[in-house]
Amino acid sequence: MTPAELDGLRDLALRVREHVLRMTSGGGCFVGASLSCADLIVFLYTRFLRISPERRTHPGRDYLLLSKGHDVPALYATCAELGFFDLERLGNHLGAQDDFYWHPNRRIPGVEFHSGSLGHLLAVGAGLAYEARLSGDPSRVVVVLGDGELDEGSVWEALLVARARQLGNLVLVVDRNGVQANLRTEELTPLEPLAGKFMAFGCAVRDVDGHDFTALDAVFRDAPFADDAPSVVIARTVRGKGLPSLEDRVDRWFCAFTPAEVEELVRELHGRASADLLSAPVAVR
Amino acid sequence: MDYATALGELAAANDRVVVLTAENRVPVRGLPERLGARFVDVGIAEQTLVGMSAGLALRGRIPVAHALAAFLTMRAFEFIRTDVGVAGLAVKLVGSVPGILSTANGPTHQALEDVALMRGIPGLKVFCPADAGDLVLGLGPILADPAPWYIRYVDRPATVHHSMFDVGRAETLRRGTDVGLLVAGALFPEAHDAAVRLATQGVSARLVNLRTIKPIDEECIVTTAETTRLVVTVEDHFRTGGLYSIVAEILARRRLRAPVAPICLEDRWFRPAPLDQVLENEHLGGSHIASRVIAALERKDVH
Repeated sequence: MTPAELDGLRDLALRVREHVLRMTSGGGCFVGASLSCADLIVFLYTRFLRISPERRTHPGRDYLLLSKGHDVPALYATCAELGFFDLERLGNHLGAQDDFYWHPNRRIPGVEFHSGSLGHLLAVGAGLAYEARLSGDPSRVVVVLGDGELDEGSVWEALLVARARQLGNLVLVVDRNGVQANLRTEELTPLEPLAGKFMAFGCAVRDVDGHDFTALDAVFRDAPFADDAPSVVIARTVRGKGLPSLEDRVDRWFCAFTPAEVEELVRELHGRASADLLSAPVAVR
Repeated sequence: MDYATALGELAAANDRVVVLTAENRVPVRGLPERLGARFVDVGIAEQTLVGMSAGLALRGRIPVAHALAAFLTMRAFEFIRTDVGVAGLAVKLVGSVPGILSTANGPTHQALEDVALMRGIPGLKVFCPADAGDLVLGLGPILADPAPWYIRYVDRPATVHHSMFDVGRAETLRRGTDVGLLVAGALFPEAHDAAVRLATQGVSARLVNLRTIKPIDEECIVTTAETTRLVVTVEDHFRTGGLYSIVAEILARRRLRAPVAPICLEDRWFRPAPLDQVLENEHLGGSHIASRVIAALERKDVH
């Protein structure tokens, strides 16, 4: 990745975070989870997934499924920035005139499938991956899961089946922010050793800093990591990343801020960003 | 032709058809060899069965997913509702050994609320075939229909010759004016036997095989209520939410008055046993149904 490309990614992620913050007023959204996966979503859409507004119904496209659906503001913002729909529509969040609500709605261009109930989309993704193989399409299916979501047995059930069917075109990305709704995962139902669990299921596993674009690039350059087994990327992230007043707090899951608070948060967001960012356009692969 | 052969022929004629099972191999014998990669056995994993079917349907396939009715409709209920139902995907869900057909398995396997659950999902249609012949007749039209479907699988051999199948159209096999037997599902042979017995006793029975109960042939039900002295619903399902409820809903909405007697499993599990004993224990055999009809006709509120 060139320095200009890296700056472009950071700039896009910053804009996505600003959109997420603006969605916290007028009814609120799940801001903490959205900010923890914002860099992941931005990275996947711009550097890994073969999707674009023009290819969004192409049978050979890659898929991203947001299984932990409450972080959809990051997905909506990324899709809007990349031209899947007009940026202005983000202002319709929760409005009666449009289709944006707190969980993914597949009527919004770029959203492949709805979610909200946890533990569903790995099975759906396995179906997509199996079908792509059946049809001879090169599609890769990325399923973004929350770490808290891994409490759901259906995730592990689907993973057993995906391994058995040797779905090498299926990639799990775990947004490992360490916090589920209102509690830390390790204090409630510990997940560690998490990589070991996925390895025991026969998956090819990598661990990465989910906010480091260079590190993500190095990991995803090789993804999928196996031909005959699902790949898993455990992305270590921070809930509320980018906003010191929100970061890593168990009480910053769903937030509804006033417009004045949002403006303050936006200032905080930009205050942390380095001043020399370039607004370089980011190509969609 | 049996179900597996019919499904195999439909799949051979249409490569969009993919057959899945949660290790429920009985209804799909011979299909693994015939379909190759278009046959998927997910193992004992009903939620994944339904989720994968949704993924296959999203990419244009017609998944036909098999599992035991109790586990398909209850273990995986929320996957059916949320992944298939909300999206309105063309997934065909086939529930094995529903109702009395779980015979001696015990209450874990007794799907007696499956129709209530499935018909409660918006856009999801429900087929309750009378017997194996009826099932095969309905299979082609249901695979050709773009809606999600629940098929209450039945393997009992046909005792009558069924007419052509149309979605939402009931089949009237006997005409009569004393009682109208409305039947959904595997108790059809017993209801038919009851109608024959009633005729020998001078009671004329109209006999209706409803086939699809969502959509249901509402006009046929109304006609039955208007042209017979007593309507009797026959189903191997709890009284709540099945055919009896559906008929009551229709009569209430149409502001029609008619005596309706339910023959079903009342509010309890049935005693596990071989099928003939279940029919005997639960008073669901042909002679039981006939005498229950005569008793109901003798009640004062039937006119």
